[in-house]
Amino acid sequence: MSTPAKNSQSPTPGQTIGPFFGYALPYEGDADLVPPGSPGSIRLHGWVYDGAGNPIPDALIEIWQTDAEGNVPQAEGSLHRDGWTFTGWGRAATDLNGHYTFSTVLPGASEKGKAPSAAPSFGVTVFARGLLDKLHTRIYLPEHAANAGDPLLVSLSEDERATLVATADATGLRFDIHLQGDRETTFLTYR
Amino acid sequence: MTAPTKKPPVETQADLSAEIAKIEADSEGRNVRQPLLDYPPYRSSILRHPTKDPRHADPETIELWSPCFGHSDVDPLEADLTIAGSNEPIGERITVSGRVLDGEGRPVRNQLVEIWQSNSAGRYIHKHEQHPAPLDPNFTGVGRCLTDDEGRYRFQTIKPGPYPWGNHINAWRPAHIHFSLFGRAFTQRLITQMYFPSDPLFALDPIYQSITSQQARDALVATYDHDLSTPGYSMGYSWDIVLTGPSRTWTEPEEGDL
Repeated sequence: MSTPAKNSQSPTPGQTIGPFFGYALPYEGDADLVPPGSPGSIRLHGWVYDGAGNPIPDALIEIWQTDAEGNVPQAEGSLHRDGWTFTGWGRAATDLNGHYTFSTVLPGASEKGKAPSAAPSFGVTVFARGLLDKLHTRIYLPEHAANAGDPLLVSLSEDERATLVATADATGLRFDIHLQGDRETTFLTYR
Repeated sequence: MTAPTKKPPVETQADLSAEIAKIEADSEGRNVRQPLLDYPPYRSSILRHPTKDPRHADPETIELWSPCFGHSDVDPLEADLTIAGSNEPIGERITVSGRVLDGEGRPVRNQLVEIWQSNSAGRYIHKHEQHPAPLDPNFTGVGRCLTDDEGRYRFQTIKPGPYPWGNHINAWRPAHIHFSLFGRAFTQRLITQMYFPSDPLFALDPIYQSITSQQARDALVATYDHDLSTPGYSMGYSWDIVLTGPSRTWTEPEEGDL
């Protein structure tokens, strides 16, 4: 399925997003994969914390996900949302309280998964001032039956697993990100 | 421990440079291509780096694809940062162009490239950026484009200036342009910075030096390219970007190509 990673070319190194992306990367509708409050929509939100437990007001979170039926979206239009097209990708900067919010739908399980037993999840990248390169992680759905057989989740300790599963709240899902500390989020590298 | 950025710095450049040199010596012989996330000379990283190694995961199907961007997303005029105002921005007009490639040297086609940068005086349009350098009403410092069928991007802009920051006493960032890139797969997502050749601030800058391999650091420095210079108009810099990470099987032509 995936190309054998020969990687004859050396990768270009990452660098921090820095403090001044706020006028460049966020845009109107960036975090609204579906219109807030539309049928089937959920709020996916949370807080981003540093190792002292302080919220991070200059982080940027991006999500990439299947649609509710588990299809991989390949429609353009993320930068100019028409309110009807599901592009599967969104971007949310944290506010002064370190809080981010997306309006989206629950991802469906992909039938064609590389790992057939994989549970549905949101793909996540995290950027922040002070963070020298991107971080990858996933957000899994709470109490989803497929979680018990998900290859990544079963490979983790109970504490690590807990950092990757969202909690349900009145409007959808809450997922906090801890860059460091006792509740440090489990971050991923792909093989 | 309180957030280090909230206290005025007490360390001098000599203190910082000694820390940088020690880490570089300690990591000699280890070919680390990416920045060290735990890099104390960059003070803001102290509380913002994970302490555990990342877990290895087999990519899920969705992670082997990238979001799709197209002509409804990006106006070709967004690649010219010099036309935002009614007059010409102040500074050295430059063209920055290059190719976005995957780890096997294949072009990343029709994909989004976003840039942002300071103006020629080293000032960003950002309310938290208050150092006494002038804003330029004719320059916002923000651009976007889509790569072409060869993976090529091209921006028209002005050369950014170095600027001071609060990491330590008399800290200055080398001039740079921030780049945000999407590859052929979500695993390849990258945000980085492009620098200009022979900048005297390289040795002093903890963000650039957080990459301990000189060869890897060099990969962030553009090359002056006289063939990209336009007679009587602008200076040319070329810079290629390689995005690695697992992706789908390569097809030719790629699915979804127009």
